[in-house]
Amino acid sequence: MANLATREAYGKALVELGKENKNIVVLDADLSKSTKTADFAKAFPERFFNVGIAEADLIGTAAGLSTCGKIPFASTFAMFAAGRAFEQIRNSVCYPKLNVKIAATHAGLTVGEDGASHQSVEDISLMRSIPNMTVICPADDVETMAAIKAASEYYGPVYIRLGRSSVPTINDRPDYKFEIGKAVLLKEGKDVSIFATGIMVSEALKAAEELQKEGIDAEVINIHTIKPLDEEAVVNSVKKTKAAVTCEEHNIIGGLGSAVCEVVAEKCPAPVVRVGIKDTFGESGKPAELLKKYGLTKEDIIKAVKEAVAKSKMSATQAKSCNISPGWHFLSKLM
Amino acid sequence: MNRDINKLKEIAVEVRKNIIKMLTESQSGHPGGSLSAVEILTSLYFSEMKVDPNNPKWEDRDRFILSKGHAAPVLYAVLAEKGFFDKSELMTLRKIDSNLQGHPSIKNTPGVDMSTGSLGQGLSVANGMALAGKLDNKDYRVYILLGDGELEEGQVWEAAMTSAHYKLDNLTAFVDFNGLQIDGPCKDVMNVTPIADKFRAFGWNVIEIDGHDYNQIFDAIDKAKATKGMPTMIVAKTVKGKGVSFMETK
Repeated sequence: MANLATREAYGKALVELGKENKNIVVLDADLSKSTKTADFAKAFPERFFNVGIAEADLIGTAAGLSTCGKIPFASTFAMFAAGRAFEQIRNSVCYPKLNVKIAATHAGLTVGEDGASHQSVEDISLMRSIPNMTVICPADDVETMAAIKAASEYYGPVYIRLGRSSVPTINDRPDYKFEIGKAVLLKEGKDVSIFATGIMVSEALKAAEELQKEGIDAEVINIHTIKPLDEEAVVNSVKKTKAAVTCEEHNIIGGLGSAVCEVVAEKCPAPVVRVGIKDTFGESGKPAELLKKYGLTKEDIIKAVKEAVAKSKMSATQAKSCNISPGWHFLSKLM
Repeated sequence: MNRDINKLKEIAVEVRKNIIKMLTESQSGHPGGSLSAVEILTSLYFSEMKVDPNNPKWEDRDRFILSKGHAAPVLYAVLAEKGFFDKSELMTLRKIDSNLQGHPSIKNTPGVDMSTGSLGQGLSVANGMALAGKLDNKDYRVYILLGDGELEEGQVWEAAMTSAHYKLDNLTAFVDFNGLQIDGPCKDVMNVTPIADKFRAFGWNVIEIDGHDYNQIFDAIDKAKATKGMPTMIVAKTVKGKGVSFMETK
């Protein structure tokens, strides 16, 4: 199994795309070696623009280029793209619905040693709340390559969330297909639905494998596109399993967990347990140490699954005693 | 292009009338900062810029960004006068279902080259347009109008560095130097002067003019076009509310 950071794959994808499409331009804000846009800068120096340490200007310049038919990929760390330049993204990119791609690297806790000031745990939430925005969080190098290509072929603003640290390749099978807004079923199961995004997808698969040994048959779905969310995939799976767990390297507020809860609450009420950062800032440390301390390992997913399954069984029992359909058990308390 | 100043003055009177009518009808908006920019926009749209009202997205057109987006009424009045849309639409400004939003919107109004309104963001976008022009070897020019109060936004200075760094001589910026911002005179709220010296220090070609004098406006535009290797900033001293006695300097 290969092991590559999604930002590394991003650098390679840009160079490939740059060869095929002359309208691809790349912008960075003094982090090109880290975001890997330096690969593109080396291959196509005339189509690379470094604006210096100025993220607001980065987004605005990309917006201007896009109005003239260019397909700009603007990169910096997630903290400075989604955070510092939020309002430029909102007003200069999404409101006019311009064809700007924001590929933000070093997202989440796995930035590691740099600590909380650089660990973006809010970016999915921020980006997801802007009308016209598409939010993608690839799970590995294969998915990143595919997502970058798909983003370049789609007209409109896209936020692509990438990581600093290496992650195992999980999508290296011949039938793998990437489509914006289309969830990927990785493992079928009947007892619980695990929805994971980004680096948590491989952890979810590991968790499902262990759960199987314990007799819990978990379905694992990779939600690479958080917006637009593949509601059909979520609803169909939860209707079958009647319990859900979400896994993300992001605050449990506003990200994948919230997105799934919104759909489940409205369309197929069932217990949902969110694995994510519990509304707190991170700290310095090695990526693996941070994932452990902040509850983002396969053990945490296993615990969450058991909790979700137990809640689901409890509601089923309650519903039975009230003779109404499961999921609506809370009504019995009101009656 | 035709630089008949008497004709431009006639157009400016129409534009001013329409600004006042629109804002009276909408009962909200910013008359002062619209009136101070009438000569600059009239000069650009009627005697300088290559634009086609029948083909607003023409890719070889000159671009204009109203970075001080609250002056939307002057842009709408000029675009309507130029024929981008019917003048009767002007009376729908700021009303529900209107093509004329409170601040310029690229999606709503033909002839608007960029959505603006949140101050400080236009110059970065203008840089992007100018970079694209250079990349494609096109000879279109990019014009932008900033407010003097707007210069208090940090992004303007990020962008000012970028314009000079990339030698964007196809970019000409104007500052509508009317000296006033919402909370009072700029010099009291947050002093932005000396504007010309600041942009010179940032590597710009700077020209200072009277922003209501057509000869000075055209002279500055010509100098900007003749300047190679650097962007030009035209600091245009203006009077807020210009042309309406009881609105001037208010």
